[in-house]
Amino acid sequence: MSALLETEKLTRILPETVPVTLVKDVTLTVAEKEFVAITGPSGSGKSSLLYLLGLLDHPTAGTIRIGGRDTGPMNERESARTRLSMLGFVFQFHFLLPEFTARENVEIPMRKLGRLARSEMRERAGELLSSLGLGDHLDKRPDQLSGGQRQRVALARSLANDPPLILADEPTGSLDSKSSEQVFAILQKLVHERGKSVIAVTHDLEMAERMDRRIHIVDGSIAEGT
Amino acid sequence: MPLILDIAVTHIAGRGRQTLVAVLGVAVGVGFSIAMAALMQGGQDDFVKQLVDTMPHVDITDEQRTARRQPADEVFSTVSISGLRPRDDRRGIINPTAATAWLESWIPGRFAESLKTQGVIRYSSREVGASIIGVEPERERGVSPIVEDFVKGSFAALNAGGNNVLVGDTMAARLGAGLGDTITAVSSEGLTRDFKIAGLFHTGTTARDEGEAYILLKNAQILSARPNAINEIRIKLDDPNRAPAVAHRAEAELGYKAVAWQEANESILQALVVRNVIMYTVVGAIMLVAGFGIFNIISTITHEKARDIAIMKSLGFPEADMRRLFLLEGLAIGSAGSALGWVLGFSMIYALSQVRFEIAATGQEMTHLPIAWSLLHYIIASAFALGSAAVAGYLPARRAARLNPVDIIRGAT
Repeated sequence: MSALLETEKLTRILPETVPVTLVKDVTLTVAEKEFVAITGPSGSGKSSLLYLLGLLDHPTAGTIRIGGRDTGPMNERESARTRLSMLGFVFQFHFLLPEFTARENVEIPMRKLGRLARSEMRERAGELLSSLGLGDHLDKRPDQLSGGQRQRVALARSLANDPPLILADEPTGSLDSKSSEQVFAILQKLVHERGKSVIAVTHDLEMAERMDRRIHIVDGSIAEGT
Repeated sequence: MPLILDIAVTHIAGRGRQTLVAVLGVAVGVGFSIAMAALMQGGQDDFVKQLVDTMPHVDITDEQRTARRQPADEVFSTVSISGLRPRDDRRGIINPTAATAWLESWIPGRFAESLKTQGVIRYSSREVGASIIGVEPERERGVSPIVEDFVKGSFAALNAGGNNVLVGDTMAARLGAGLGDTITAVSSEGLTRDFKIAGLFHTGTTARDEGEAYILLKNAQILSARPNAINEIRIKLDDPNRAPAVAHRAEAELGYKAVAWQEANESILQALVVRNVIMYTVVGAIMLVAGFGIFNIISTITHEKARDIAIMKSLGFPEADMRRLFLLEGLAIGSAGSALGWVLGFSMIYALSQVRFEIAATGQEMTHLPIAWSLLHYIIASAFALGSAAVAGYLPARRAARLNPVDIIRGAT
């Protein structure tokens, strides 16, 4: 399997009065169709690493390659374009736009990318939501959905532009056990049936054990796994 | 609808009451600006129109802007001349026939020549000082609005020939004379002649109504002992704006001072410019206040929508989109306010145009507020509104674009 994402000596230091090292010398490779867990104690730098991988934050040192392309020289617009087409985000909280319906939320990344006709976007959004068991909730707003349903809408949105890599930050952290299991199953299906790669930050060690690989972070550095 | 516009509309529609207040703020600003501009422009236009209508567009008099060069000046370059005792120069436009023929050949309008002399009008034991103006009635009709100002008799009475005179009603009242009475005119040369009052005019200008008397040009020439003389040519142009060019050419050719109405009223026109500056400053201030309303709502939205900004950035929206989004929101409020302001402004102007009132001083004229209906006022008010909306939207938009999504996501989790 070829490498979808590679980092080399990735470091992020906050330039405070006393500089704070969030991520230190992280070198890792994520292949296609891989389900990777990032674990570690609170404040260990798991989420910071994920934000760096998702180009939401800029490394102080080191490189990130996504799809073989070095993201270092990218300007803000190119980074945004890469996020739009190559990456899908799922956060602990759903982070849906509250004024838009489930279907409209899923359509937004597609509308931004502009590859499909409007009718095709609408159709694809409907299909994605239906495949995640939300066929009856297409026109509901986030406040009309349960926590698990919202998270599934967020998952559908992350898949809207068919990105090869999904980055999930505690995707089940705010859900009950039943919803957590549903979401985890969906992530698994994304890897095994749709050929996506998923990197998920989680506190849940049992869940992490069920993934293909686990990277344990302590004090910003990889303590276990690669 | 484009995505960014869609999100912008959703944002501001989701804050109905605040949006309405901001839109109304802009609308009131635009509406009052339009109404004020229409009133002030209307007043100015009315004033200038009266100015243009009541006075000649170009006035050529037998004066010169600079003193004539003495013959010795022409011969000796170093000569110094002082203590001149010139012979009594009978003033007047030299060779008036050639001058008027030349003007006739090219000026785009009408003109009338006249001879104005100072004198005294006597009736019974009373007398008043007067400008006695000799005119050609047919030509005068084309340049002077006095023809329309007769309260008794008419300007046409001068055409009847003979020794008729037209005087202001105030002068007649001061003399105790009336229509048909015979008055005596005494010129500054000491010559006297009797005239019969054939008309009384009321121009509304006191100086004219109590100090002017019109007689035939021939009679004025006889009264002042200056046969064939004229000392003033008044020109009315088809386009009053061409007055400076016509005056310039006439003065260059005839050698006499030719004053365009713009030059004669330069200080008034300057005052009008100052007035316009004040007006647009006030309009700008009103729109600035409206701009604060927009700034307030867009700032509130960007503050409240910080999480949405983070979401959109994480999805792949670049900073430029965020700037565009909130700028659009400001402009949408500005546009909606402008549109409503146009309706408000139009309604106010219409209502003001219906107001009619009597001028207390004369007690005889019904008049209405002078209103200028100009699309330009609407465009300028909207430009101010959209400009302030753009600035008011841009500042928070720029701040929103710079938000670090990681900070917001961390804050939310």
